[in-house]
Amino acid sequence: MVLGAATIVQASYFVAAALFIFGLKRMSSPVTARGGIVWAGVGMVVATLITFLTPGMENYGLMTVAIAIGGIIAWVTGRRVAMTDMPQMIALYNGMGGGAAGAIAAVELFSGEAHGAQLALGVLGGVIGAVSFSGSLIAFGKLQGLIKRSIRFPGQNYVNLVILAATLVAGAILVVHGSGGLPGHVTLLFVLALLLGLTMTLPIGGADMPVVISLYNALTGLAVAFEGFVLDNAAMIIAGTVVGSAGTLLTQLMAKAMNRSLANVLFSGFGESAAAAASGGPAGTMKSIDTADVAVMLGFSEKVIVVPGYGMAVAQAQHKVWELCQALIARGVAVKFAIHPVAGRMPGHMNVLLAEAGVPYDLIYDEGEINAEFETADVALVIGANDVVNPAARTDKSSPIYGMPILNADKAKNVIVIKRGQGTGFSGVENALFYLDNARMLYGDGQAKAAELVQAVKAL
Amino acid sequence: MIDGFIALYIFMLAAFTGYEVIARVPVILHTPLMSGSNFVHGIVLVGAMVAMGRAHGTLEVTIAFIGVVLAAGNAVGGYAVTERMLEMFKSSKTAPKAKH
Repeated sequence: MVLGAATIVQASYFVAAALFIFGLKRMSSPVTARGGIVWAGVGMVVATLITFLTPGMENYGLMTVAIAIGGIIAWVTGRRVAMTDMPQMIALYNGMGGGAAGAIAAVELFSGEAHGAQLALGVLGGVIGAVSFSGSLIAFGKLQGLIKRSIRFPGQNYVNLVILAATLVAGAILVVHGSGGLPGHVTLLFVLALLLGLTMTLPIGGADMPVVISLYNALTGLAVAFEGFVLDNAAMIIAGTVVGSAGTLLTQLMAKAMNRSLANVLFSGFGESAAAAASGGPAGTMKSIDTADVAVMLGFSEKVIVVPGYGMAVAQAQHKVWELCQALIARGVAVKFAIHPVAGRMPGHMNVLLAEAGVPYDLIYDEGEINAEFETADVALVIGANDVVNPAARTDKSSPIYGMPILNADKAKNVIVIKRGQGTGFSGVENALFYLDNARMLYGDGQAKAAELVQAVKAL
Repeated sequence: MIDGFIALYIFMLAAFTGYEVIARVPVILHTPLMSGSNFVHGIVLVGAMVAMGRAHGTLEVTIAFIGVVLAAGNAVGGYAVTERMLEMFKSSKTAPKAKH
């Protein structure tokens, strides 16, 4: 058998697909995760380079220019983005992948070469890719603060339904008649699909965006797999499908961690402003405390559990907080970090932010692992977290966060809350924790207060 | 070409693979893993390249060009941010002792 160019290309795709799966597997454990992305990266480079050998291709010059443009812009932005902004960058890159899948579909549809099942999958992949593209851009805009409001109006779900139906009809016409002679229809199909992504995503609030990004990630995977069928490209089929199913599972895990069903996220329009029409607020008063007292309390504890939230990251306090913890560890205090799945902007985001500050991952525990330990802790130090430690989630049925699994910070002997002011959390709900007898409020900027605590603890 | 049932088998097996690979992942890795899987569908780049290689006429070439730019952004950006995040994950046994 002669080793033709086509065979080499296929072999490289086989290698790439294997490396992607191997890489993803390694990425699912913190010990091997770093190597995982490198292996997957090797697969990507091999597949991309060998693709240039594909027989019968043209436009090599423009192709190289396009890769350089996209690659350089993405590399520079990806290297520079702050860790706190990671979720929206993922949304952006994901949207680009969806757009690419849509572009492949558009080229194939305009050329009119695909027929039958391949045409149907091409149309479907194109629609999904386009929805993921425009939807992800909206998600990026919202998290980046470019889009401030969630646009909602009565009957919105019906409008979306109509657009979806129109998109499907336009797609079906193309599949039945073949796309070759109908460029107007092809254009209409993509306009409708892009519009659908916009109208689906605009009403969803910022708090729910991570789930949406994860969903679009899975959808892009699916779109890539479908376009892989159109192009007879096994690497795209396998990688796209693996991401499609893994992403779907990840989306469910995230939705579950937030105590929301996916349908609820997509169609209810909560997640930003549902400012609890409920309850007249918890009884009691918030009791403040000063830095020196907190330092004494922490310094003479046996066990401290730190509960960080997104507020800590916004205040860029994670480095000072870790310094504080190191000072405590040096005094023989046992320190652990308790992370709620939705601390930060998406599940696992807080772990990334703590890792950035140098906190070893084996000091970090998730809600299931550590909740029983709060009862034995002398101090629960809550920094920038709010809804995830609100005991109302356990008891108050009228609360919008009722039923959400929370960290049992209120069970600790003492609770110290570092907080900028007296406002409510992301969900707009009053926090009953702050009014408890064992809770004390340390008001101020997270980073400044943590720095003062470091000095005070060291001076003990 | 990959014909009907073979394609379906590939699809099914890949779907189970994706599910199994993720099934037991700890919450601490959700964000990097989502980012990593985002990188993996950057393989759309090879598809965009092939589509561009076959494209004829200004319209098709222009769309394909945009497709390749976007796909390269997906692959490269996805790698850059995932690698940055995972690089920071250290255990207390391997972590260098407190600088500051």
